[in-house]
Amino acid sequence: MSKTQNTSASAPAGTGPAKSRRRFLKDAAGVAGGAGLLALGTGLYSRQASALPATAIRPPGALAEADFLAACVRCGLCVRDCPYDTLKLAVLGDSVATGTPYFEARRIPCEMCEDIPCVAACPTGALDRGLSEIGEARMGLAVLIDQENCLNFLGLRCDVCYRVCPVIDKAITLELVHNPRSDRHAMLLPTVHSDACTGCGKCERSCVLPGESAIKVLPLRLAQGSKAEHYRRGWEEKAEAGGSLIGDQLEMPVRGLEGKAYGDTRVGPGEAPAAAGKPGIDSGWKP
Amino acid sequence: MSAHPPTRGAVPPTSVRGAAMRGVVARPGAEAIEAKGWWIAHKWLLLRRVSQLGILALFMVGPWFGWWVVKGNLASSLTLGVLPLTDPFLIAQQAAAGHWPYREALVGGGIVLAFYLLLGGRMFCAWVCPVNLVTDAAAWLRRRLGLKGGKVPSANTRYWLLGFVLVLAAMTGSLAWEWVNPVSMFHRGLIFGFGLSWGIVGGIFFYDLLIAPRGWCGHLCPQGAFYGLIGKSAMLRVSANRRSTCNDCMDCFAVCPEPQVIRPALKGVGQDHPLILDGDCTTCGRCIDVCGKDVFRISTRFDRSES
Ligand code: SF4
Ligand code: SF4
Ligand code: SF4
Ligand code: SF4
Ligand code: SF4
Repeated sequence: MSKTQNTSASAPAGTGPAKSRRRFLKDAAGVAGGAGLLALGTGLYSRQASALPATAIRPPGALAEADFLAACVRCGLCVRDCPYDTLKLAVLGDSVATGTPYFEARRIPCEMCEDIPCVAACPTGALDRGLSEIGEARMGLAVLIDQENCLNFLGLRCDVCYRVCPVIDKAITLELVHNPRSDRHAMLLPTVHSDACTGCGKCERSCVLPGESAIKVLPLRLAQGSKAEHYRRGWEEKAEAGGSLIGDQLEMPVRGLEGKAYGDTRVGPGEAPAAAGKPGIDSGWKP
Repeated sequence: MSAHPPTRGAVPPTSVRGAAMRGVVARPGAEAIEAKGWWIAHKWLLLRRVSQLGILALFMVGPWFGWWVVKGNLASSLTLGVLPLTDPFLIAQQAAAGHWPYREALVGGGIVLAFYLLLGGRMFCAWVCPVNLVTDAAAWLRRRLGLKGGKVPSANTRYWLLGFVLVLAAMTGSLAWEWVNPVSMFHRGLIFGFGLSWGIVGGIFFYDLLIAPRGWCGHLCPQGAFYGLIGKSAMLRVSANRRSTCNDCMDCFAVCPEPQVIRPALKGVGQDHPLILDGDCTTCGRCIDVCGKDVFRISTRFDRSES
């Protein structure tokens, strides 16, 4: 800053200090404009890319994405302490926030270490140490997304995803369903339960289909719809109240069907309602 | 004003001023090499490269050979499994974004902060930051090719940018700057892999070489600005304590990444002692190397002596 230059006393435009103040303001405005633009660009860029792509899964214990992006300093300590080389840091060009850790289940899934070394290694709390049971992790949610190519859905027995699941029979079960195609076989449909699935990705990794997997771990945001909070679920209300809120259904006699079970309105061939008396409009009913 | 009697000795022909008079490309430091020998005339530069590359090596021997001396990167690291170190610039961003980190990161940040408060904030720039290798290379090539001029933004831009980085973190609730920060990106890239970040590093090199001399470190880098602010009261300082022997060859100005910090000390502009107290001085010691008259030395901020 050479203040000496612009104090030329003969300057007609004004006195030295006033002039240099004006120049400072002009400089500052220019600088602020340039820096502002750069910062704005950075902000927009980060905004635009901050929705995690479907294939990128955060490590166990990761805070909700927005908080995670405030917390993770991109040091890679979690990456270093993962014994299975599951995690990697995003590089510029990946559509994950530059430098933040993630994994792709189809490449290397999370092995769900009991001591969760990645969480222990994180110095910032981006991976929350409140997670002490790996079974409580919710890295994502497996979804059997392709029912046309899944071998079990075709009526074959594959079951690989089911059998590799570390939370077998809780996170993923085989549901027995009649096979309408052969009419004499069963289909065993791999079915994921969100209350137990950790999103480790072992099912996706091991799916036997070449190339893409029929079962995929998705970020919860994509895997689940939002709850319809404005609907009451009768069965839940019932369980909570210890019984039906509306009481048992009233049973009214149905005229002419008195001998039948309530609701059974089928009428057999010889079983026309006995018309007492003459035919016609008058049924002969008396109060 | 006994500080600097006019000692107009013969200016060496290859020095900045000598070359300018002859209209040739300057070779700053040639006189120093002649007077002190090549090694002494490169002492601080070599020490600095050893420090930069040594620190980098500590981070690299893990991934390369499996010797885990240091894990992580400059953002946050763990040395020998016990010593946590964290970049306080990142903690500042985190705080702005509304996250309070775990104790490890805070302790690590405190250690780093104390170190640079004591020794000089921008020592980070000269002695640790890997981008310095890039910008030094650009500056060297620029001198070699005799490239002159350029369009540099105001040196204050970095402080504005630093402010914006923090405001941006607060506004987006995320470490938005770290999406593009070339400093952390370069270091992380060397250790964890680059992707397209080479483009950003190359961009800085060519920006410094062709557009703005010392444009990145000296004018834009918010991380350098942050450390500059930290180091305002640092102990370790460069002193022009033999300024009376200066022959105005201008070599120190040519090699200094922040040449504006030299004038007050060397020429006594606005101060009467020979200490470079400006927080922008990176304490790189290159001025000590290239001065054929041995004007500079490393000293402390309490030492105002002059000889
Ligand atoms: S739980 Fe184990 S395998 Fe999974 S990411 Fe963490 S360290 Fe890696
Ligand atoms: S250890 Fe924590 S702060 Fe470091 S990269 Fe992993 S999640 Fe981010
Ligand atoms: S100014 Fe920035 S890029 Fe340059 S050395 Fe310092 S921290 Fe590194
Ligand atoms: S004054 Fe010297 S030590 Fe300070 S930045 Fe310039 S050359 Fe480096
Ligand atoms: S201090 Fe040394 S290098 Fe700088 S102008 Fe004077 S003689 Fe030249």
